[in-house]
Amino acid sequence: MRRGVGAGAIAKKKLAEAKYKERGNVLAEDQIVQMSKQLETFKSNLEEFASKHKQEIRKSSQFRVQFQEMCATIGVDPLASGKGFWSEMLGVGDFYYELGVQIIEVCLALKHRNGGLITLDELHQRVLKGRGKYAQDVSQDDLVRAIKKLKVMGSGFGMIPVGGSYLVQSVPAELNMDHTVVLQLAEDHLLKEGLAWLDSQAPGEAQYWLPALFSELTHRDVTPEEANQMTP
Amino acid sequence: MDRFSWSNGLLEIDETLVIQQRGVRLYDGDDKAKLDLGVALLSTHRLIWRDVKNHECCIAMPLSQIILFEEQAAGIGKSAKIVIHLHPAPANKEPGPYQHSKYSFIKLSFKEHGQIEFHRRLTEEMTQKRWEKTTASQPIPTGTGSQAGRTRAVGIVGIERKIEERRKETDKNISEAFEDLSKLMVKAKEMVELSRSIANKIKDKQGDITEDETIRFKSYLLSMGIANPVTRETHGSGTHYHLQLAKQLGDMLQAPLEERGGMMALTEVYCLVNRARGMELLSPEDLLNACKMFESLKLPLRLRVFDSGVMVVQLQSHSEEEMIASALDNVSDKGSLTAEEFAKLLGLSVLLSKERLLLAEKMGHLCRDDSVEGLRFYPNLF
Repeated sequence: MRRGVGAGAIAKKKLAEAKYKERGNVLAEDQIVQMSKQLETFKSNLEEFASKHKQEIRKSSQFRVQFQEMCATIGVDPLASGKGFWSEMLGVGDFYYELGVQIIEVCLALKHRNGGLITLDELHQRVLKGRGKYAQDVSQDDLVRAIKKLKVMGSGFGMIPVGGSYLVQSVPAELNMDHTVVLQLAEDHLLKEGLAWLDSQAPGEAQYWLPALFSELTHRDVTPEEANQMTP
Repeated sequence: MDRFSWSNGLLEIDETLVIQQRGVRLYDGDDKAKLDLGVALLSTHRLIWRDVKNHECCIAMPLSQIILFEEQAAGIGKSAKIVIHLHPAPANKEPGPYQHSKYSFIKLSFKEHGQIEFHRRLTEEMTQKRWEKTTASQPIPTGTGSQAGRTRAVGIVGIERKIEERRKETDKNISEAFEDLSKLMVKAKEMVELSRSIANKIKDKQGDITEDETIRFKSYLLSMGIANPVTRETHGSGTHYHLQLAKQLGDMLQAPLEERGGMMALTEVYCLVNRARGMELLSPEDLLNACKMFESLKLPLRLRVFDSGVMVVQLQSHSEEEMIASALDNVSDKGSLTAEEFAKLLGLSVLLSKERLLLAEKMGHLCRDDSVEGLRFYPNLF
């Protein structure tokens, strides 16, 4: 004889569901199904968009900026995952993730010289150089967004606003508030005086500052040994 | 190119450097200038160019010479350029590389890119015209006669019209793209709201959501780039995708980890993995979420977060006691060690060797000597 086991449970569930629906609430399971359908539609709309406008995103850094802002407004992060639709279909993902790799590599290569601090300008220059002739141009806004993503990896990446631009920090936070204030004051002084800060042991007029802001070092290549000699 | 004068490249008192870009070649109109590659510098007052090989060769032109400028997109085998249309040179202009030119425009060719930023800054400076506010400015060129003025105006109008047409065309394309994008965003927003409603219900345990449905839901969030509001699980925003990824990483990272003393910073892993992939790269979050699943998948790797916030992937075989013991041994052996010295000894990065020393210190085995000469660790004899 078949035990009607389960029949009672099923009936109870159906009752609960009915009561729930009565109150006008949609069940979560139903919503998930609804979402799945909407997702399919969205995916094909995005594909259509991509086929028409993919080039725009690639070529126009202004478009990228606006696109990111629109996404942020509605609560969507197009760079969250390489598996996301935005990344897969518009190709925005690879662009920023690769940029992230290039940024890390530049910071790593220069850490022995500048202690993990680099101006956004210099970082921009070096990343461009590393990307080579045939790569696409990147704006500083692109760099800033890539860096924001890198923060997720607890890498100590941060940006310190200084004099209208940023210093990019690539070592774990050992800079406290005092250091940051000093950096900002020094930058103001730099702008006012219009001087490059020279090593105090160099002949002639001299003042001491962090290697990250030495203009010397941004103009020509310096070996680690030379860099060590430059700082007292 | 006859608007440029020789210069020593030094900035005047009130003049500030705005941006510089290497790998720039100059064009006299449509012809390549008889100069090599150099660095283009934009200041608040002038456009300066210096030969990269011969630093003595440096020329400058006041920004007041510029009438207007436009971008010229890169093409196959052609670098992106900025075309700059100029007023005639004033009679009292200092000598420069060109006595005379048949063109009234120059081009900057960006062989190493950087044109986006340069164009943006040039636009800013030409709008602000900061050189007019100070005494250190060059004389502004005036028309040398109504006849010349008229001819100049005609030429400019034609150019301006062309630029305007091109701008309208670009704008049209962009605005079409934005219109389409806006429609997409409306749909996307609906899904964001829907997902919030679902997430709330899951949180409140309303209805009967199966494990399967939850996983599916998470993958929808992943596809849309919506942040996961349901964070009950310890293995992060894990989806099947991250599961697969974690297994791949488990295989891929064994050898590199062993080569590097059993530990690698997450940023290192990110670079290693993405360089190997070449395309369809991982986002930082993808990597993080995959690493969070190591433990539940019983893989021999672990994600570890140090107090400083540094994240590493380490081989499971690498126990904490081992690391501390080895740190203590090495320090006792040498009497004292800095992070750099320790790094050299172990073949580790300075960052990670420092973390080990800090860990040993935290456990009371080492103590520090923090001076201007650096941070040095000693065995703790207290």
